[in-house]
Amino acid sequence: MIEQAINLEAMKRHYEESRSAITRRVIVCAGTGCVANGSLKVFAALENEIAGRGLAVVVELGHDCGGDVLLSKSGCQGFCQAGPLVTVEPEGYLYVHVKPDDVADIVEQTLINNRPVDRLLYSDPTTGRSYAKTHEIPFYRRQRRAVLGDCGNIDPENIGEYIARGGYEAARRAFTQMRPEQICEEIAASGLRGRGGGGFPTGKKWTLTLAEKSDKKYVICNSDEGDPGAFMDRSLMEGNPHRVIEGLMIAARAIGADEAYVYVRAEYPLAVQRIRKAVADAEEAGILGRDVFGSGRDIFCHVMEGAGAFVCGEETALMASIEGLRGMPRPKPPFPAQSGLWGKPTVINNVETLGTVPLIILEGSHNYRTLGTANSPGTKTFALTGHVANTGLIEVPFGTTLREIIFDIGGGVIDNQGRIARDGFKAVQIGGPSGGCLVEEHLDLPIDFDSVKKTGAIVGSGGLVVMNRDTCMVQVAHFFMRFTQNESCGKCVPCREGTKQMLALLDDIIHGRATTHTLELLEQLASAVQIGSLCGLGKTAPNPVLSTLRYFRSEYEAHIFQKRCPAGQCKALAVPEILAERCKGCGACLRKCPVGAITGEKKAPHRIDPKVCIKCGTCAQACKFNAIVGV
Amino acid sequence: MNNGTCVHVDGRDIQIEGERNLLELIRKANIDLPTFCYHSNLSIYGACRLCIVEIEGMGVVTSCTTVPKPGMTVRTNTAQLRSMRKMYLELLLANHHQGCATCVKSDACRLRELAIRMGVTEVRFKPAQGEKPLDTSNPALVRDPNKCILCGDCVRACHEIQGVGAIDFAYRGAATTVAPAFGKDLSKVDCVYCGLCASVCPTGAITPRPQIDPVWNALSDNRKTVVVQIAPAVRVALGEMFGLEAGVVTTGKIVAALKMLGFGKIYDTSFAADLTVLEEANEFLARKTKGERLPQFTSCCPAWVKYAEQYCSDLLPNVSSCRSPQQMFGSLAKATLPETLGVAREDLVVVSIMPCTAKKFEAQRPEFRAGGAPDVDFVLTTQELGKMIRQAGIQFNDLTPESLDLPLGFKTGAGVIFGATGGVSEAVLRYAHEKLTGVRVDHVDFSEVRGMQGTRVKQIKLGDVELRLAIVHGLRNAKAVVEQIRAGTCDYDFVEVMACPGGCIAGAGQPVSFEPEAKQLRAQGLYDCDKTLQLHKSQENPYVAKCYETTLGAIGGHRAHELLHTGYKSRKRVADEGFSVLEPGTAKAVEISVCVGTSCYLRGSQQLLQKIVNHVKEHDLEETVDVRATFCFEACDKGPSVRIGEVLLHHCTFEMVRSELESQLARVVA
Repeated sequence: MIEQAINLEAMKRHYEESRSAITRRVIVCAGTGCVANGSLKVFAALENEIAGRGLAVVVELGHDCGGDVLLSKSGCQGFCQAGPLVTVEPEGYLYVHVKPDDVADIVEQTLINNRPVDRLLYSDPTTGRSYAKTHEIPFYRRQRRAVLGDCGNIDPENIGEYIARGGYEAARRAFTQMRPEQICEEIAASGLRGRGGGGFPTGKKWTLTLAEKSDKKYVICNSDEGDPGAFMDRSLMEGNPHRVIEGLMIAARAIGADEAYVYVRAEYPLAVQRIRKAVADAEEAGILGRDVFGSGRDIFCHVMEGAGAFVCGEETALMASIEGLRGMPRPKPPFPAQSGLWGKPTVINNVETLGTVPLIILEGSHNYRTLGTANSPGTKTFALTGHVANTGLIEVPFGTTLREIIFDIGGGVIDNQGRIARDGFKAVQIGGPSGGCLVEEHLDLPIDFDSVKKTGAIVGSGGLVVMNRDTCMVQVAHFFMRFTQNESCGKCVPCREGTKQMLALLDDIIHGRATTHTLELLEQLASAVQIGSLCGLGKTAPNPVLSTLRYFRSEYEAHIFQKRCPAGQCKALAVPEILAERCKGCGACLRKCPVGAITGEKKAPHRIDPKVCIKCGTCAQACKFNAIVGV
Repeated sequence: MNNGTCVHVDGRDIQIEGERNLLELIRKANIDLPTFCYHSNLSIYGACRLCIVEIEGMGVVTSCTTVPKPGMTVRTNTAQLRSMRKMYLELLLANHHQGCATCVKSDACRLRELAIRMGVTEVRFKPAQGEKPLDTSNPALVRDPNKCILCGDCVRACHEIQGVGAIDFAYRGAATTVAPAFGKDLSKVDCVYCGLCASVCPTGAITPRPQIDPVWNALSDNRKTVVVQIAPAVRVALGEMFGLEAGVVTTGKIVAALKMLGFGKIYDTSFAADLTVLEEANEFLARKTKGERLPQFTSCCPAWVKYAEQYCSDLLPNVSSCRSPQQMFGSLAKATLPETLGVAREDLVVVSIMPCTAKKFEAQRPEFRAGGAPDVDFVLTTQELGKMIRQAGIQFNDLTPESLDLPLGFKTGAGVIFGATGGVSEAVLRYAHEKLTGVRVDHVDFSEVRGMQGTRVKQIKLGDVELRLAIVHGLRNAKAVVEQIRAGTCDYDFVEVMACPGGCIAGAGQPVSFEPEAKQLRAQGLYDCDKTLQLHKSQENPYVAKCYETTLGAIGGHRAHELLHTGYKSRKRVADEGFSVLEPGTAKAVEISVCVGTSCYLRGSQQLLQKIVNHVKEHDLEETVDVRATFCFEACDKGPSVRIGEVLLHHCTFEMVRSELESQLARVVA
């Protein structure tokens, strides 16, 4: 075998030696959610406090690491709901909702006296039980973090740490011990399916592209994650960028490409920065560039910021965008495998897909298949959001049920006030604006690509928005339709004009203007948009409407025929009313009403005149007794 | 028929014969699938979704994007397809300004035609809100975004055929629109006014800017004498507006109609084309003899001239200095007709009937004015003439042909074939042949330069002289030739450029035609016309010869130069706009403009601008010095570029700015 140009073992040894003196590690989550909640201030406070207590602190690993406490920032640890998160190793204590004021206690009690700070531990809101260590918390206990494994743990900006944990070993193997055909076969055997939404078998995609004869081929990492509420790819790029790059290298090797692009959403500045740094570090280390691992093959990797359009996540639009054109999809065929970037055979994979690849190469397709279901092997990351107690980034094997995700990991459904609501579950929107809703009857459905598709929804890229009983499903459909309408590239008629008119029809329903023909027209139009649109964005745009219609038709009909919103969310349909049994006659509402619609004697129930009321909601805010409804 | 190479279309086997898509193949089955965005000479776009078909095993697909495969079973007319097509048309109509009765494109609107054809009887969707403003910034074209159906035909035609890209899509979703860069007016961007966008537009979203009303006014003004010139291409196309086939020559009927409309004298632009041949060929032979400024580019096409001024300023000396036939006619008419017709110059109105929208722009160029008035007062397109004839209720087909007026109505065949691509070259060859050999030649046809191929390179031997000609139509093809010339990889002597594919016969002012054969038929009409005339060589035109005797003097002489030649100037591609980065105040003594265009920005102009602003503020110069950010000085390779007063500094540094500013301030104080 050709001798390796770079020695991963040596790099690993060097890294381990450099941190041999370190006895403790404090990891502050610097994922987007935690940063938004102030985790960087916590980091700074920790830095000061540790130094102030005379502990030698190493913030960044340099050549000389004399300290014994390593303070580092990690990517998203997943439990965003409880952020800012601070983990202390080796004990594995997880502190939640940490504020700069808590730092003194952490240093005093944990770092110096080796005891957990009890008040900062996670406490289950339903049982009241508190958990000291990460892996004990129900949110984490039910997960299987295979792709996200190191994300939230390692320092994403340190290539040494990545290598020390076995990073780039899969790439080395792919370049020095495997033929392209073997790699494609291995990935095909693993049953890996594209995580970007389509679920297309990755091995097949690679095999098709490998078979194309061309002097030039490209691989592209599609990091233009854009579904509302989705942040899986972002977290992986921010938390473990080298993993993505390693997957991209293996893909390049598998199809015979020597040039790679990472197309990252510009709205993810941290991901852009981390991926750029990772590429630069990998180049400097001799991993990317000429003669990769002494294989004689080159790989040059470009990082490109997205143009700010959702549709650029569609592969042909994405390639147009890289080429400097307006991000508009073009008809397929030809598929990118035949004619992709600049007309050359191209493989384009999603971040998570590529993040999974090194795992398969290292552990083998057989091992990989032990997770997940027969047709959807492996794990899937989901961004769990909405009316659920524990929002955050999760990873579970395919085949996990919705019930496990929402109730065990998610901790149950909450009401609009944030309290756990038993029997509060109404639906979950899966697959973002291209997806649909799953309802009570699907709670025990093992989730995989095929089972979800049968319900009329899609797994998609992994957005899970939980909705409680107070959610109006017409408004949900309206929300997603407005999103796709705004994000339509405007090229084909059904998507551009059709989504606009679907939105107008939904608007009519919500505002009580719908007639007996509205629903029929909406359904006809939905079908014409679904069948006739040029690209996936348009073809799937009617899904939220069709799916909500399928499971909540009566809710639509109530809006249209009875001019009533069963969830009480559609203001235009609500009749303003003061509930006499709750009203104390305090007069607070009367004084606040800007149009004088409220009348009533002191200490006697007040009344609203619906003809005068403008539904501004001021009265309801003023009322301390929740006596006012319908505004 | 071999079933193994057939597609089964609605129950009939249709042979695959290299069609690039199903749509073309289905047309062979005598089925015309509706489409807006498919044009055989543009890239496949697949956006209007009207050409959908059902294919067994594939479901509903657009036929324009599907490659025919043997054994495919295709249905073109199912209930689902009909309902989807109707739905899409309804959606388009909802977003379309529906003032059909008052729309200039009404009689040729494809949306209107397809809506009727597909049986759309109601629009169940909400109409678009709000009126978008029209772009009437230029003399050639009007853009009405309210009528745009976003099929992208104009965008692709401008980019793919002309290589200009003056318009493109902007914004997303329902806000998507076709617009010039940064939402500017067409007059502020690189548009060359060829109007190809208008000729491919299926609706009235881009149309030639009409001048019918001022012409009516002139005609009804007793003090005015209105004369008119008819371009060659008009006579083979106008008949299409009255149900005649493309290419039918109707010169005599046009003359009769123009007389009925009230025009005083009816002349022929082909007369001026004969003049052009003599002047241009003479200029060419002089250059060829000296071996300088070759190749010579033709200058008859105003869109090409504007293109050259914008993109090929380095090659402007190679462009023939001859005015176009329209303008030669105009200056000659204004110079000679007042005397001939006995009218005051200011009472003479020259109208031209042109197949072209760029001619409207050309007529308004400042170079083509004398005595405060334009040489050509109004330019009507073929379409507009047809409309005037209709407005007057004239039964065009029943008219008895009449003859053109002398002397400016007399032409040779050489002046007529100008209207087709290759025509100018052939006419010049007919002159050059005799001039170079000194022998009268009876065989006049140079059919090798004819044809519809976008770029035709021909080697022609005239006596002892070898000439290398390139004939190009479509400005993208011209661009390719220009690049070859710049790279020094070609040695053409003469390059004929026409912006419109096919030449003037396919101009944007011609009657709207979606017939693929129309171009060939119109061109053939011109060649037939040449055949039926007695004279075929410009040098034999006796009235041209007389004109030289009485008015112009020698070919290429002083007076000829005055009336028949012109000059060109480099055009700034980016409108020279800027904005002050300081607080607006009273007029400042010194103005500093820093280019913040891409190239200068990359070379650090932003930092430079910041330093200048700081400098001005620190030294309390805000009352005297205005600092402006501006766009391109067209010296991108020498950036950053900064202009202080009248001084343009390249490779500019802050030190350079400071010293120049100091010296200018010193002058101001002094």
